[in-house]
Amino acid sequence: MNSKQKKISLKVSEWLRSPGPDGDIVLSSRVRLARNLRDIPFPYLASDSQSAAVLKKVRAMVPALAAAYGPLKIFTMDELDSLERQVLVEKHLISPALANNQQHNSAVLLRDDEVISIMVNEEDHLRIQCLLPGLQLERALQLAGDYDDLLEEKLDYAFDEQWGYLTVCPTNVGTGLRASVMMHLPALMLTKQANRILQAIAQVGLAVRGIYGEGSEIKGNLVQISNQITLGQSGEEIVRNLYGVAKQVVEQETQARQILLNEGRDRIADRVNRSLGTLRYARLISSEEAMQLLSDVRLGVDLGLIEEVVGSILKELLLLHRPAYLQYLTGRNLDSFDRDRVRAKLIRLRLAGKHLHEEEE
Amino acid sequence: MLCENCKERQATVHLTKIINNEKYVQHLCEQCAREKGEFDFDFPSFSLQNLLSGLMNLDAQSAGQVMGFTTQKLQCDNCGLTYAQFGQLGRFGCSRCYNAFNERLVPLMRRIHGSTQHLGKIPKRAGGTLKLRRSIEELRQKLQEAVAREEFERAAKLRDQIRELEEQAREGENNEQ
Ligand SMILES: [Zn+2]
Ligand SMILES: [Zn+2]
Repeated sequence: MNSKQKKISLKVSEWLRSPGPDGDIVLSSRVRLARNLRDIPFPYLASDSQSAAVLKKVRAMVPALAAAYGPLKIFTMDELDSLERQVLVEKHLISPALANNQQHNSAVLLRDDEVISIMVNEEDHLRIQCLLPGLQLERALQLAGDYDDLLEEKLDYAFDEQWGYLTVCPTNVGTGLRASVMMHLPALMLTKQANRILQAIAQVGLAVRGIYGEGSEIKGNLVQISNQITLGQSGEEIVRNLYGVAKQVVEQETQARQILLNEGRDRIADRVNRSLGTLRYARLISSEEAMQLLSDVRLGVDLGLIEEVVGSILKELLLLHRPAYLQYLTGRNLDSFDRDRVRAKLIRLRLAGKHLHEEEE
Repeated sequence: MLCENCKERQATVHLTKIINNEKYVQHLCEQCAREKGEFDFDFPSFSLQNLLSGLMNLDAQSAGQVMGFTTQKLQCDNCGLTYAQFGQLGRFGCSRCYNAFNERLVPLMRRIHGSTQHLGKIPKRAGGTLKLRRSIEELRQKLQEAVAREEFERAAKLRDQIRELEEQAREGENNEQ
C-alpha cells in the first residue's frame, strides 16, 4: 500500500481539531437526514441497474453541491479497499453498514473538511450527515438542511403528507432525522452518578449508549445521546430537546468535576498524572487501556491539573488510535501485537507534539 | 451467555426473527452483530428494532383473525413486498409500500412514535402545495383571533393574504396535473 497513493485523507477532521461550544464535555454533534427517491425500490431490494441509477443521479449533483458549499469528492465503496473503508468508519464519516456494502452501488460524498458526508445506497437511498465539534446541533441541522434542499431541486424525494419523509425503517419516518451528541463524562463515571443520569435520559425518549464497548458497557467514558422519535415533532423541536438534555448533562458533569477538585484534588491529580506517565513511557498499549488513560489525561487537562498537553490532541487520540487508522497510517498490515506497539508509539509522539509519519520517513 | 458466532465475547444482542411462523432467536456480541449487518451504528436502540417485527406480526395476526382474511394479500404493486414480509423484515420495500399498507400503519406508528402525523420540514417540490396549505391554515387561525378581538383592520389584511396564498395553491395544483 506504500506504493499506491492514499485515497482517504489521514488528516484529522475539522470536528476533531477544534473544540466548539461546550467542547470540554461535548466532543461532537451530529445530524443525519434519511431521504429516499420516489418509487425506486429501497437499496436492499433494488436491482443493480436501479441502484446504479440512484448513484448516477446523485453523482450528477456533485458539481452543484461543490459550487454551492465547498469542495466535495465522491468515493464508491468498491473503489476503496477494506482498510480505507474502515478508516472512514473510524473517523465517523460512514456507517459500518455502508462499509460492508460493496455490491449495491454504495458510495459516499465527502466534503473536504469532512463536516458533511452523504451516504448513497446505505439503508436508505441517501443519508446526509453533518458532524461538528462541540454542542452545535442547530447549526448541524441547518447545514445538513442546505444540502437536503439543493438535492431536492433535482431529485424526486419520497414524501407523504401524513408520514413525512418515507424511509426504509418505520423508526426513521417523518423527519428522517437522527440527532446525536458525543459526550465525555469522566467525572460522572468516577463519582458513579452516570448510570442514574443516563437512565433518566432514557426515560424521556432519548437513547443513550457507549461509543465503544459492547452493549451497555461504556469505554473511554464516551457516551452518545440521540433522539428516538422522528414522527410528530419538527426537526427544530427534536434538536432543541436534545440540546436541552445535553446542556443539563454538561452541568451535572461540570458539578461532578468541581466536587472531584474540591474533595480529592491530590487524589485526582495523582491519577491523571500517573495516566499521563504511562502513556508517555508505555511501549505496548491496548485500545482499551489507551482509551481509559487518554480519558484520564483529558480530564486532567480540563481541570487544569495537567498543563503541558493540548486538549485537542487527546480528543484526536481518543478517536484515532483504532486498528484501521493505525494500519493505514503506517501503510502496513499489523497483527494485534504490532498494533499495540504502533499505538503506544503514536500516542507517545503525539503527546510530544510530533507525528508518527514524520518519524517514519 | 457467549456469542453464538465467535464464542468469545458476551452476547449482548438478541435477535428475534420470525420466519414461516417459526421463531428464531440469535444471541450475538455487538461486534459480530455489526459484522453481520444486523446492527446499524447509529441506530439508537437495538431493542426497539427487535420489538418492531414483534409488533407488526401481532398486528398481522389479530387483524387477519378478526377480519377474516389473510394479510398476505396486502401487497405493494410497485416492489412486490407483502405485508407479511414487511412484518418479518421490519422494513418497507419502496415508497409506495406506505400506500399499500396504509390501513395498518396508524397503530404501528402510534406505538413507535406516539404520533401519526408528520409535523416537520416539507420539501419544496415533493411537498407540492402542502406548505402553502399549512400557511393558509395558520393565517385562518389568526384571522379568527383577529375577528374575535374586533381587530378589523388586521383581519382585512389577513383575508387578503389568505386569498393570495389560495390563488398560488390553485395555480400549483393545476401545474401538478
Ligand atoms: Zn461474537
Ligand atoms: Zn413497495
